[in-house]
Parts: sequence; C-alpha cells; structure tokens
Amino acid sequence: MADKRPLNDVMITGEQNYRSIDDAIGSLVIDPKRHKYPWYVMATLGFLGANVLAATVTWLVYQGIGIWGNNWPTMWSFDIVNFVWWIGIGHAGTLISAILLLMRQPWRNSINRFAEAMTIFAVMCAGMYPLLHTGRPWVAAYWLLPLPNIMGVWPQFRSPLMWDVFAVSTYFTISLLFWFMGLIPDFATIRDKSTGRVRKVVYGMLAMGWRGSNRHWHRYEQAYLLLAGLSTPLVLSVHSIVSFDFAAGIVAGWNITVYPPYFVAGAVFAGFAMVILFAIPLRRWYGLSDLITLRHLDWMAKITLATGLIVGYGYMCEAFYAWYSANPFDYHMSVYRRYTGGYAWAYWSLILCNVVIPQLFWIPKARRTESTLLIVAVVVNIGMWLERFVIIPMALLDSYVPSASQPYYPTFWDFAMFAGTVGFFTMMMFLFIRFLPVINIFEVKDLLYKILGGKAPPLPAEIPAGAGE
Amino acid sequence: MSNNPDPNHNQPKPDVDAMRKSLAGKKGRTYWRALEELSDSPEFDRFLADEFPNRSTLMQINRRDMLRFMGASLALAGLSGCRSVFLPVDKVVPYVKAPEELVYGEPLFYATTMTRAGYGFGVLAEQHEGRPTRIEGNPDHPESLGAVDIFSQAEVLNLYDPDRLQNVMDQRDGSLLSTWDEFLAEARKQLAASKGKVRILTGAVTSPTTSALIRRLLAAHPGAVWHSYEPAGQSNAFAGAKLALGKPASTVYDLKNAKVVVTLDGDFLNPAEFPGSLRSARDFIDGRRVQGRDRTPMNRLYAFESAPGLVGAIADHRWPVRASDIRSVAEALLNPGGPLPKTVTADNLAAVAADLQANRGSSLVVAGPHMSPEVHALAIYLNNSLGNIGKTVRFITPVEENVVHGASDIKGLADALNAGEVEVLFILGGNPAYDAPSDLRFAEALQKAPFRAHFTSHANETTVFCNWAAPKANDLESWTDSRSADGTASITQPLIAPFFEGRTDAELIAALAGSPAGGYDLVRAQWKRSMGANFEETWRRSVHKGIIDGSAPKSMAVAVTGSPASLAPPPPSPRQEVVFRADPSILDGRYGNNGWLQELPKPLTKLTWDNAVIMSPATAQALGLNLAVPDEMVKLIVGDSYIVGSSYVAAGHPDDSFTVHLGYGRTAGGTVASCGMDPNTLQFEQERINEHGGGFNAYALRTTSGMDVAEASSIEKLGDLWSLASTQGHSPFDDVHITDERQVLRDFTVDDFFTNLDERLKEWEENSADIRNQNLFPDQIFDWNGPQWGMTVDMNTCIGCNACVIACQSENNIPVVGKQQVKRHREMHWLRIDRYYSMDTVNPTVTWQPMFCLHCEKAPCEPVCPVAATVHSHEGLNQMVYNRCVGTRYCSNNCPYKVRRFNFLNFSDNQPNFAEQIGEEFVGNRRIPGPLHQPKAEGVALLQMISNPDVTVRGRGVMEKCSYCVQRINAARIEAKKAGREIKDGEIITACQQACPTKTIVFGNIADPNSAVAKMKKDPRSYLVLEDLQTRPRTSHLARLRNPNPAIRPAGVAG
Repeated sequence: MADKRPLNDVMITGEQNYRSIDDAIGSLVIDPKRHKYPWYVMATLGFLGANVLAATVTWLVYQGIGIWGNNWPTMWSFDIVNFVWWIGIGHAGTLISAILLLMRQPWRNSINRFAEAMTIFAVMCAGMYPLLHTGRPWVAAYWLLPLPNIMGVWPQFRSPLMWDVFAVSTYFTISLLFWFMGLIPDFATIRDKSTGRVRKVVYGMLAMGWRGSNRHWHRYEQAYLLLAGLSTPLVLSVHSIVSFDFAAGIVAGWNITVYPPYFVAGAVFAGFAMVILFAIPLRRWYGLSDLITLRHLDWMAKITLATGLIVGYGYMCEAFYAWYSANPFDYHMSVYRRYTGGYAWAYWSLILCNVVIPQLFWIPKARRTESTLLIVAVVVNIGMWLERFVIIPMALLDSYVPSASQPYYPTFWDFAMFAGTVGFFTMMMFLFIRFLPVINIFEVKDLLYKILGGKAPPLPAEIPAGAGE
Repeated sequence: MSNNPDPNHNQPKPDVDAMRKSLAGKKGRTYWRALEELSDSPEFDRFLADEFPNRSTLMQINRRDMLRFMGASLALAGLSGCRSVFLPVDKVVPYVKAPEELVYGEPLFYATTMTRAGYGFGVLAEQHEGRPTRIEGNPDHPESLGAVDIFSQAEVLNLYDPDRLQNVMDQRDGSLLSTWDEFLAEARKQLAASKGKVRILTGAVTSPTTSALIRRLLAAHPGAVWHSYEPAGQSNAFAGAKLALGKPASTVYDLKNAKVVVTLDGDFLNPAEFPGSLRSARDFIDGRRVQGRDRTPMNRLYAFESAPGLVGAIADHRWPVRASDIRSVAEALLNPGGPLPKTVTADNLAAVAADLQANRGSSLVVAGPHMSPEVHALAIYLNNSLGNIGKTVRFITPVEENVVHGASDIKGLADALNAGEVEVLFILGGNPAYDAPSDLRFAEALQKAPFRAHFTSHANETTVFCNWAAPKANDLESWTDSRSADGTASITQPLIAPFFEGRTDAELIAALAGSPAGGYDLVRAQWKRSMGANFEETWRRSVHKGIIDGSAPKSMAVAVTGSPASLAPPPPSPRQEVVFRADPSILDGRYGNNGWLQELPKPLTKLTWDNAVIMSPATAQALGLNLAVPDEMVKLIVGDSYIVGSSYVAAGHPDDSFTVHLGYGRTAGGTVASCGMDPNTLQFEQERINEHGGGFNAYALRTTSGMDVAEASSIEKLGDLWSLASTQGHSPFDDVHITDERQVLRDFTVDDFFTNLDERLKEWEENSADIRNQNLFPDQIFDWNGPQWGMTVDMNTCIGCNACVIACQSENNIPVVGKQQVKRHREMHWLRIDRYYSMDTVNPTVTWQPMFCLHCEKAPCEPVCPVAATVHSHEGLNQMVYNRCVGTRYCSNNCPYKVRRFNFLNFSDNQPNFAEQIGEEFVGNRRIPGPLHQPKAEGVALLQMISNPDVTVRGRGVMEKCSYCVQRINAARIEAKKAGREIKDGEIITACQQACPTKTIVFGNIADPNSAVAKMKKDPRSYLVLEDLQTRPRTSHLARLRNPNPAIRPAGVAG
C-alpha cells in the first residue's frame, strides 16, 4: 500500500505523488470548477483595467501626449517611470528561471513558471510605454529599428534609447522563448490529460509533438540550459541599459555611475516583491501551499532583503556623490530637491518603503507570515515606483538654468494609463492561471523524485498498479 | 555691431569661465526668480506638496465628446475619396501676367508704415507671393532704425485675424449684412439732416490726409465737432507742455547725448507707453555700450518707478515710488528740501541732483505718460534748469492733430450725447464703450445719438451699441499716411488688397463728404500740395523709402513760462493708490484679439493671458495675502466700482500701491479677446477666465477724475485662488536661492569689472583652458573650411522688451498654445527672456538673459536622439530635423539650457485636434487664434496665410527649437553662390537680431576673425553659460555691467 507519510521537505509538503502534482496544477487548466470567485473577480478587474488601457491608448494616439501632465522641462514622467518600473518587475522571473537554474537551486522549480509569465506580461506593459510616449508612435514604431531604407538613414546608435530598443526586444524574445520551451512538456501533459477535443488539439499543437522520449528530454535539457545561459547576462544587462537612459544623460541627479548595479538590484528587489505578491494569493486560492511553501516565501523574502540593502546602498552613494563631487548641481538636486523641498515626501516615502520597511525581513517570522510578506511586497513595489518618480520627473523639473525649473503634476490620463497596464497585467496573469500550467509540472515531479532520494513516489491507491504514468 | 578692438591687445581669448573663483569675493549675491520661493511658509509647502494644484484640468474631456470625436473621425475617414464630389477642387493656376519683380519663392519687401494709437512707425513688410508674412524695421525710418517693436510685428496676425469685421452691418433692427452703398447713402442722408449736430470720435490722429479730410467734413457741416480719445495716450504730456511752455508740444528725447537720465515713472523703453521708444532705446543703450577692454564711459540711469518696468530693470539705481509721490521727487530734485517718499532718502536724492547738475546739458528727465500734467511740467522745468532743452530734449508742434485732452475730450462728447446735442455720431476706430472713463457711462450715452456708426476692425463692445458697423482696413491693406513720434511723415502702402470690405479712415471720410475716392488718390492728393514741383519723383521715392524726406518738423522755439510754484497743488496723497497703465503686451486692449501678444510673457511679471493687481510684498502681507501662495484673488474697490482679479506680488513694487493693466476683461472683440463674460447672464465666468485667461476690466475703476492714479477705497482678500499663467513664476524650489555657483549669469559694476581686469581675465582663461583640457578627444569636430555660425548676446544692452520673442514667433511659425497650456508650461517660444532678480526683495535688481538654442558644439541633445533627428551641420548648427523626429523628448531632458520646445498637442493646428482637446466650450469660443485650416467668409483660410513659407510648420509630437534662422542662412548662401563669393559679414541677420532695438544680438561667422561676432566673442565680458558642462555653446553671452553712483547707497549691485 502506498506510503501515506506526509513529506516534510521544505520544497514540497503534504502527501505527494506524480498524480497529485498533475492534479494540483494541471487541473487548473482542465477543470474550470477549480476557479472560484477570486478568479472571476480578479479577471474581471483585470479586464476592466485592460479596457481603461485601450481607451487611454486610443485617446493618447488621437490627441498626443499632451493629455498627460508632461511639460517643459519635465518631458518624461509617468511614461518612463512606469516603463522602468514594469521592466524591473519582470526581472525576478528571469533571475529565477535563468540564474537560479544555472546555480542549481531546485526551489526555483515551484515558482519559475509564473515568475516567467510575470516577466513576459510585465515586459509587454513596459514595452508599451517607450513606444506610446513618443510624440509620433506611428513612425517611432519602425524608425527606431535598424531597417534599411531608401534614404540610408539609420537609427542613432549612440543613443541610450536605441540601446533600450535592443535590450528590451532581446529580453522579451529570449524570455518568451525560454518560457515557451519550459512549457512544452507541460503542454504535453495537459494534452494527454485533456478529454475535450478542442483542448486536445490546441495543447497538442502547443506541445509540438512532445512524446517524452529520452531524446526529447535530452534535447530539451540542452536547449533549456543554453537559453538559461543566454538569459543570465540579460538579467544584468537589460536594467543596466535602462539605467543608461539616465546615467548617460547630462541631467544633474542622473549622471551617476552607480546607476547600473543600483537599477539591477532595484529591479530584482521589485521583481521578487511582485512574485511574493502573486505567489501568496495563488497558493491560498488554489490550494498550492504544498508546492509553494513558506520556505519558498522565506527564500524570496531573503533575496528581497538583500537586494533592498543594495538599493539602500545606492541611495547612500547618490548622497555621497552629491556631497563629494562638489558639483553644485548634484548637491542642489539632492539636498533641495530630494531631501528637502516640495517633493521631499516622495523621497522619504521611498526610503521608508525600500529601506526601512523591508528590514522586517530580518525577522524569520516576518518572512514566513503571509500577511507581513504581502504588506512588505506591496510597500516595496510602491517604493520602487516612487524611486523612479524621484529619479525621473524630480530630476527634470529642476534644471541647470534656474529659470527653467517648473513644477510638474500628472493628469487623469497619467493615472489611467498606469492603472490600465496594471489591469492588463492582472488580466493576463489570470488568463495565464486559467489556461496554462501555473507551476512547472514536470520540474516539480523531478523535484519530488529528487526529494525522495531518486525513487519514484508511490502510485496513488485508487489507480491500479500497471496503469501508472 | 561695430567694434573697436585695441590693436595692441593680444590677451588670450577672454570667453572664459572662472565664475566660481572670480566671484568668490561676491559671496552672498544670490539670485532668485520669484517671491514665492523666498518665503518659506507652510501654505506654500502645501501648495508644492499638493500633487494637483490645478484639479480642474484633470478631466479634460467627457465621454460624450470622446464618442463624438471617435464617430467623427470614422465618418470623415471615408470622405477623402469624395474630394471632387463634395469638396471643392483646388486649382493651381499660374500667373498669366506675373506681377512686376515677383520671383517665386523669393520674398519682396515693401517700406510701409504701421500706425499704433495714431503714431506712425516705419517698417519693411515681407511679402511672399502676394501675402504679407512678417514685419521688419525700416532702417531708413528715424523711429525704427531697423528695429521693430512687438506691436508692429503682431499687426500681421491682426491682418489675418478671422474675427475681423468683414462686412458692413446694419444693426438698426437686429444685425443684418449690408453694403457700403447702403451705409453711405444713409449716413449722407443723416448728415444732411443733422443740422450740424454731428460728432466724430477718433483715436489719436497724426495722418495729414485723414485730418485734412475730417477738417473739410467739419467745415461742410458747421457745428460738427471732432473729438479724440486715447485711453492710454499722450494727453498728459501735451497738457504738461501747455503748463510749462504755454502751448501743447510733442516732446522728442534725444538720448544720444544724455549722460545722466532720470525717469519719473517714464518707461521710455516701453513701446506701449512711449511711441518713440525704439529710438530712445537705441540711443540710450548706445550711451552705455561697453566694448573691448577700453573702459568706455557709460551713461547712468536713475529710475523712480511706480511699478517694475523696463527702465527699472536696466537702471543703475532704482527706487520704488508710488505714482502719486513721483511729483514730490520731481519737486525735490528741483528744490531740495521738500517732503520725500519714504523709499527715497534726501542724501540719495541729493546725489542724483548733483549728478544731474554735473552733467548740465547732457542729462535728461523723462516723465511717464500716466504722470499728471504737473509732473510733465516739472520735468520740463527740470530739463530747462539743467540746460537740456535743445540738447537732450526738444519740442515740436504736436504730432497729433486735434490735441485736446483725452479724458476731458471724451467727457465733452458724453455730455453732448447726454444733452441730446448729437444727432449723428461717427466713431472711427477705438472702443469707447469699453475704454472710456467709467463714470461717463459711455455705452448709455452713446445710445442717445439717433444715428451712430462704428468704423472698426473688430466688432467690439462699442459696436454692439451702434446702429451701423463698417469694417476698417488693416494698415497692410491701406493707402494712408501718418507721422511718427518725432513728426516724420511717411506713407502707408498696402501689401495686399483688402480681404473684406475694409476701407481706410480717409476713404470713409471722403465718402461721407460726398466725394468718394480711393485711399491712393486721397493720400496723393494730400501730398501733391506739399511735395512741390517734382511730385511724381518725390512721391515714388517717399513710398519706396518709407519716409518723406524733410517732413520732420523743426524744433519749436520754446520759452518756459510759469514756475513750479505756479502749478496746481498736488491732490492729497491717497492712502492706497491704484495706477492704471497700458498693458505691456496688449496696450489698452486694442491687441486683445492677438494671440501672439496675449501669450507673450509680459516683462518682469512674465504673465500671459491675464492682467493682475500688482502689489508689493509688504502690501500683500498687510492685506493678509500669503506670499507663498500665488494668485490669491482680491476685490479692489475704487469709489463705487470694483473689480475682482488675481493679485500678483511683484518684488520692487512700491507699498500701498496697486498697478493694474488696462485692456483685459473684454466681453467682445473676437474669440481671443473675449472670454470673460457669459453673453446671456452678463456675468463673468470666473472658472473660464481661470482656465483660459481674460483678466479683469480695469477700466471699470477708471473715472475722469482718476484717469491715471486713483485712490483705492479698499481692497480685500477673497480667499479664492486664481491661476495665472506665468512662464517664470511659481518655482518648485522652496527655499533655494540660486547662487552664482551656477555660472549662469555674470553681472558686475563697471568699476568692479575694470579693476583688476587683467587678473580676472587670466583667471578665466586658465579656468577655461582647464575645462577644455579635460577633453579625452582632440577637437576635430569643426575642422571644415567654411563659415562657422555663432552668436553673441550682450546682456548689458538687453532691455527685456520682447521684440525678439515676437520676431522669432513670426519668422518661425511658432504656434500660440493658450493659457491652459501655458499653465502647464508648454509655451512654444523658441526664444525666452529669463528674468533673474538679485539683492533684496523690496527693490531688487533685475538681470535679463535672453535664452534660446545656443548651438553647442558638443550638444548634449544630439547623442541621445535615437533616430538622429537632431544633428550637427558642418557649419556648426545644431539642426533639428522635424521630419525625422519621433518625439522621445530625450533631447530636451538632456539640454542644460532647456531651450527645446515640444508639440505636446497639435498646436500648429494643421489637424483639428488641438481645439478639440481644449474642451467643449472652445467649439464656439476659442482663446487661441483658431485652426489654421478653418475656412472663413468666402472660403478664405485666413490664418494659414500667415505662415512663413521658408519654415516648416511643425505638427504634433515633434520637438523644435531655435535654428539660428537657418532659412535666412540658406537664402544668403544661395545669393552668395550665385554671385560666386563668400557670404559677407552682416549679410545674415536673424529675426531676433533684426527686431532688437538695442543691437543686443550679433550673428555671423566666428571663423572669420574680422566678423562682428568674432570680435564680440573676444570681448572680455564674453562668457559661455554653464561652460563647465563642456557643451561649448556657439552663442556667447556678454556680462551685464552696471554703473552705479558711488555716492548712493544701497548701490544697484553688490560690491
């Protein structure tokens, strides 16, 4: 008879076997009844948000970016704040899937799938901004690409915005491939488990003929490792390049060499907070606490704490440079714009959110308490948004020539577009939960195999021996 | 600009920056831009901290509008295929007979004369294929000398104003389209039946033709009377001359020879107040131009000002003095010992008097047009006692015809109307129902004349009360003549046939007199009498040249009569005074429908679209206004009238005094002018004014007894906030004074500058070399054998008059964006004049800094553009390729000078979106000059024609900025190539340079060491703004110098 002893390993708990894992994850796709009211609420909210986004974008393209609050001299504001914020959100996914894979961290198996999905959707949200924030998106859409043309005009490769185009598009492509690759064996599982014709055909096509043969697995492992290798530098490069948008500029408060590492750390910081923010409802609403355990949350909280400290170090560096460089503009920017002055609330809130509150994670209990985790995750995401607000509009509205310093305030449409992307993101995430395996089924099975010391778990009782998978 | 380089001096190039070191001894000089930033109150903090101080702009469009636009755009999408079915087919037809001298694509320039408040002003009008596009100064004209002011330039926008009165209107019974024939028939009938009960009301008239015709008409109708009224005219000056000289006279200042100038609230640099301001500005600045290392003597200006103005900003010493106290200053200058306003000490005034005495015959006292006749008389006595008459000031027979004094003259008319003595009233131009003294209740009086006709360019507040309205032609459509401030006569020739039914004053009068004739014939007939035998040749030469030679009247022989003691005693000094001044941008309201001028930041206040109750910080505090919260509403009461408007706290304003500018609060006069009043309820719609501008009507407070200065009965704070659109106002800084560490400004006293000049230059040069040597790469960027364009801006000669701003707007097709957008800081002016205050708040000194694209050799904007839309030319221009621009706006972020402007919306209106974006209420009542494409009467798309065809009209989403007028460079290059020569120095004149009355801007080839600009760049005062950033601007600024009197404390500048 089957061994009913619960697993008490930190990465998978409860009574688990291959079947139970298949059911826990795969049935989310196959069985609509597993989606209760939270799904409907969230998907509806997300859908409404996506409509707000569609309306905003329509109005934006029709009228021009004057519907936003951007002004002279604050030419960038919510548009680029949101862009950087979303790109940052995506970073945890890549880090989890690529770097932790290369580092052989098996705990990533339970969370990498939805973290990667977050990456994809976050990059989609992010990617909207640089395009739509341009004055003429209909030409920006292709003039920023190095397409040969009759005039022989190329993009300007010295511009950090140009680097952004390559960085973000590469990032999106690799992330998408990586995600899709990882999904193939799970598509096959769902194809095999599905009873409906449509599902069988659709997932069958998506599974690309996966039969689970030895050769398939071999090729898969090779390709997945290669993609992980490709993704790993991207984790560092994408946000470094995004930070060049600022670091390469002449604007006081932007032109600082600490920006690349500080941005990368900030991205991972925000990204992990977002993964926590998503993981907790997921395990709650879908009974996945055996697969996403408190230990996962604990580890993620630790990474959040570590990257939060790096970010805090970045803030100290900024202050130090402002003082040590003896540059009156940097000094002025830091002292009168950030630490004091009308917008100081943004700076001090960001310090509170990003530096002070995450220190809770030194307490082990806080790292394993869902409510604390949720609150800190939300706070960190707000803090990271504020950080970009501090960096972008607050640096711009103060300028070298004092006469050109003007206040900035956002409009309804600034908020509408941000809310719209949040809605779009939520909608995509919940569609993802509904239609794709939210946790990597085969990797969790593999993990289970490893946890059991290289033995297959026992078959569930109700299935006669010999009918196993 | 000419230069006198010392041939012996081989100093290193002095355009060097060592700001930090050199000014180390000047610690404590701090610059600040607005009063709000100096105060540190919790309210201001809250204002700053409030994310949305302007909540009403958040929702700019409602659902219904959105659906409508979406529906409309879908519906219209299909129409483009139906062009020949529904829409007219445009035909392009070449000239069968080309006009003389016309070459396609090349502008023609005609000398003509613009008339403003009667006074003529010689200009050259640029015409492209028959349409006038731009007004430039006429170098041959003594009142222009090649420069041009804001009003004359903006006249071209008035020409294309779609709101102009287009037809004769018969308003006896409703408002019906009529014709000139009907109108003239009726008018002649009424004239014949009037038995002399005829009145003609004009503004100031200097035109010999018009005045002769009016006189002839008056002669034909015995009993008829001609009244003249200018709400902000020169009547006080005439009255003052009458007091002191026994006869009215026009005063002509000759500042060329003036070494010491004292102004008694006379802003002689302001074209809104002095018709001869441009020449005064040129002469005055020529007297303080410092060039090279030689210490050229500078003249000295003492300004006693009732409100911060242009002369106060350039003055070496300035005292805020209430307008009603100016007289005591004048008296004390004449006879020391009298009472003095509290801001002026006897010692200082004695020093001024001593300085005047030391410069007998080369000093000058100027009184402002809003000063009482007694102050004008005192100025004459002062000039007389200093022996200045005939040297720095002279008198000529009044340039204006019919010199009777403004207020009394219109009062006479109002009395006659009320007495029923007027059967027939012709109002030629003007707007008395709006701008006459409020106690006359002119609109009511007006209606007592059974026949009243308004001859006007726009249907305004007066027109609605008249039973006939007839369109007046623009100067650019007219044959007429006029005299300028010094009496020089010139001919106005039309650049284009009248768009509508407009006629000139002369044509109207001639037709009324029963002998209708064209303006051309009338003017010729007039001048045939005086031009003598060789008429045809003289006429042609005069029209061609733009002035009639020898027409300037000789100086009158004057004898000063009376004495200061014989003048009427001053009225009791009011506790709190209200001073009425012509608006620096829209004058007395006549330019209210001109979007360029409405959006032009007024000097010092930098306000656009509104007027305000301007007061000093102390007075504001006494009123309970919070200095930190700008734009608090106040209710200002004079007698039984009041206005509600925004306060504006101005540093340097005298206490217990409120300055209000005339010309706002319009209820008619065009879509741009009028926004203030709901036509149904006749209530001012505060919210709309707040949002779109319009100000308050200061004329409501103005009575015949208080035309210039009135006693404020009371003023109270209302608690509400207005929102003014100031382009340099509410600063996001809280407590930050900008120190000169920023290396933006250089400002010295002349003594300070020339002491240890060599050391200073050495230090600057070393510093500059340090900066240059920090480069990793050798300088190969401009290793090209061709002209290298560069510019210098002499901050010492800039008077902040804004002529360059309008010149740039006109030349470069810069759109008007409206108050709402200015409040969001999206104004589009390529050229702005930055205002910096220094020293104290009670009486700060002002430094102007014209700022526009400096064409950095290592422009930070260029490497950050992802599509290479801003690139450098071989000739050193930082070029903006509009067509390539996708609008990432990174270039603007990276520009340390913030000179780039972005088309956030469809400002230039080549698509209809922008007007819609502004909101529903604008469909019927816009405050921007309207869509360019909008067809008006007879299918004329008027505003479209104003564009300079040599400059691209920028669409939405595109960055733009100063191009050094690249179109002019290219035109000169083509000419030079055709002639097989190099481009000559001075051949290219940028629009701003051309307009500048003080020759502050010099442009040219810096690679040619003999060019004027290269010489200016070698000037020791030349420096690069923010040189430390290594942007290496091609435009250098030259330091401001002040020439304070050492005997006076506090000196105008820190030592």
